[in-house]
Amino acid sequence: MNQQQVIGRTVRVTLGATMARAGRRFLSSLPALFGVLVFTFLLMRVLPGDPAVFFASGPNASKEDVELIRKQMGLDKSMPEQLALYLYDVGRGNLGRSMMTGQSVTKDLRERLPASLELTFTALLIALVSAIPLGVLAALKPGSIIDHGVRLFCALGVCVPTFVSGLLLIYVFYYLLGLAPDPTGRVDVFTSLPPSRTGFLTIDFLLAGDIEGWWAALKQLILPAMSMALFVIAPLARITRASMLVSLGSDFVRTARSVGLSRRHVVVTYALRNAILPVITIAGIVFSTMLGANVLVEKVFSWPGVASYALDALLSSDYAPVQGFVLLMASLFVLVNLTVDVCYGIADPRVSIE
Amino acid sequence: MTTTALRHSIWILRGNPLTGVAAAGVLSLIFTAIFGPWIVPYDPIASNVSQALLPPSAEHLAGTDQLGRDVFSRLIVAARLDLAIAVSAVSLSFVLGAVVGSFCGYAGGRLDRTVGRFVDVMMAFPLFVLAMAMVAALGNRVENIIIATAVINLPFYIRFARAEVNVRRNLGWVEAARSSGESHISVVLRFLLPNILPAMAVQMSLNLGWAILNAAGLSFIGLGVKPPTPEWGIMVAEGARFISTGRWWLVAFPGLALMLAVLCFNLLGDGMRDILDPRMRT
Repeated sequence: MNQQQVIGRTVRVTLGATMARAGRRFLSSLPALFGVLVFTFLLMRVLPGDPAVFFASGPNASKEDVELIRKQMGLDKSMPEQLALYLYDVGRGNLGRSMMTGQSVTKDLRERLPASLELTFTALLIALVSAIPLGVLAALKPGSIIDHGVRLFCALGVCVPTFVSGLLLIYVFYYLLGLAPDPTGRVDVFTSLPPSRTGFLTIDFLLAGDIEGWWAALKQLILPAMSMALFVIAPLARITRASMLVSLGSDFVRTARSVGLSRRHVVVTYALRNAILPVITIAGIVFSTMLGANVLVEKVFSWPGVASYALDALLSSDYAPVQGFVLLMASLFVLVNLTVDVCYGIADPRVSIE
Repeated sequence: MTTTALRHSIWILRGNPLTGVAAAGVLSLIFTAIFGPWIVPYDPIASNVSQALLPPSAEHLAGTDQLGRDVFSRLIVAARLDLAIAVSAVSLSFVLGAVVGSFCGYAGGRLDRTVGRFVDVMMAFPLFVLAMAMVAALGNRVENIIIATAVINLPFYIRFARAEVNVRRNLGWVEAARSSGESHISVVLRFLLPNILPAMAVQMSLNLGWAILNAAGLSFIGLGVKPPTPEWGIMVAEGARFISTGRWWLVAFPGLALMLAVLCFNLLGDGMRDILDPRMRT
């Protein structure tokens, strides 16, 4: 075998091992997912208030109306029957009907999920792009002004709630400086939307070649994404610093330095590459936290995502959307964990070959 | 506390004066929580529409809100409720988590696996969303904010206590306690639990900040505390309507209060960890 074949074989073996690991992780997360299903079902069934009465438009509705709606919602059956029905429906991808919007929950969620994902991904990107350099800089000169500055920033960053930083950003960039647009929604109402391909507005505008629209969408996106990112930069920068310190002090970095490799090469290719594993772990956790924080940020910026949808449903005791939302979040969690696993295998092939 | 431990603490404090500052901050927070209602300059509930939406001045240190209530007085009085929610939630999950986790770590086997599965299911939720759903399910009251915050903290305490007990269960002194005729329950409650308490206390302090943020987040989205009760999260929510017209003080000051409270607890937790476990210092 020549060298290329060997490399090709190694890549295939590692990829295979990574996939096998991801598959195992997926299987082991299924019971938890099932637990989530049962748990949400029970939780939502003990919600106060009779939704049948609520949706028969108030207490003035006639008894027959209420009974009809109750039957329509399946609330007249026994608990185990309701649970079995619910599981059967979920298995078929039917998450029920939202009384609030009158549409199927699956449809509502599908319409709104891209808005939440676009926000969360942008926030994660901002957080990673600022946290990793900060952490690396702090680790390169421990005890320096930069190091202390980063530490101070991190200590303060985890203390400011996302809803407060979001509102303060609105104050500074919308009210004081006038740089940001009116902080409501993804685009202002007069903008014509591009044909929906990915559901991510910034990408759709680009695909449609509409630079002006892209800029407008980006300007709406940047403040909510920033306020979400501010809260999670701290854990990311902290772990990057700690992990880089270990990596920079190791033998292989000393060797790389002593053979005269450029500083950049030593720091990025050798030290950072080896320090990245813990950062990936924390990034996964951070992403999950951000999914929860979506509720707060979407409320502050009237962002039309899944979290604000679930919140509205919750406040009007509409079961199905909340169940669907929690289930969606739990599934995203599983997906995030799988992605983290795959990233692990790519960043450090040793992980996969146990 | 022995003299060596005391000397060690003083040495740590000298190297890290921030911990002392944080401890002072936490103490003054507790002072405010206890004596708040007696030291405020204005009635935190009484509205006075002629004084509405005034910016901060010597008379109203943090300005007034849309009903003319003094924001500073409301901030001070709110300390008690915010602190009470966080402390009771964390204590609740601390006690439950420590006991359940210890028994799991000690006994292992089926109990451990069952609880482990349960914890896994909980951790599969976005925790804030879980808390949200629980408050809605149990009823929109302050007690339920406490319960929800306690429940979402519980998995961390169970895991922590389980791991700490697990590494100690076969140590000499545990063996000695067992062989001198102590029952298993007594070994866990009288020997292992006290031994892991210091580590758990650090966890608790670090957790308090998180609990404060969670509770404030819940009341911000309209769950739990109801107006006109002064509470930091709900004050931010009420001020949010006025931020795009430039009334920054309605959001900034409650936000500052939240931030300082969380900062003090976090720094204190870090400092306590340094005192208890010098190896963990970063």
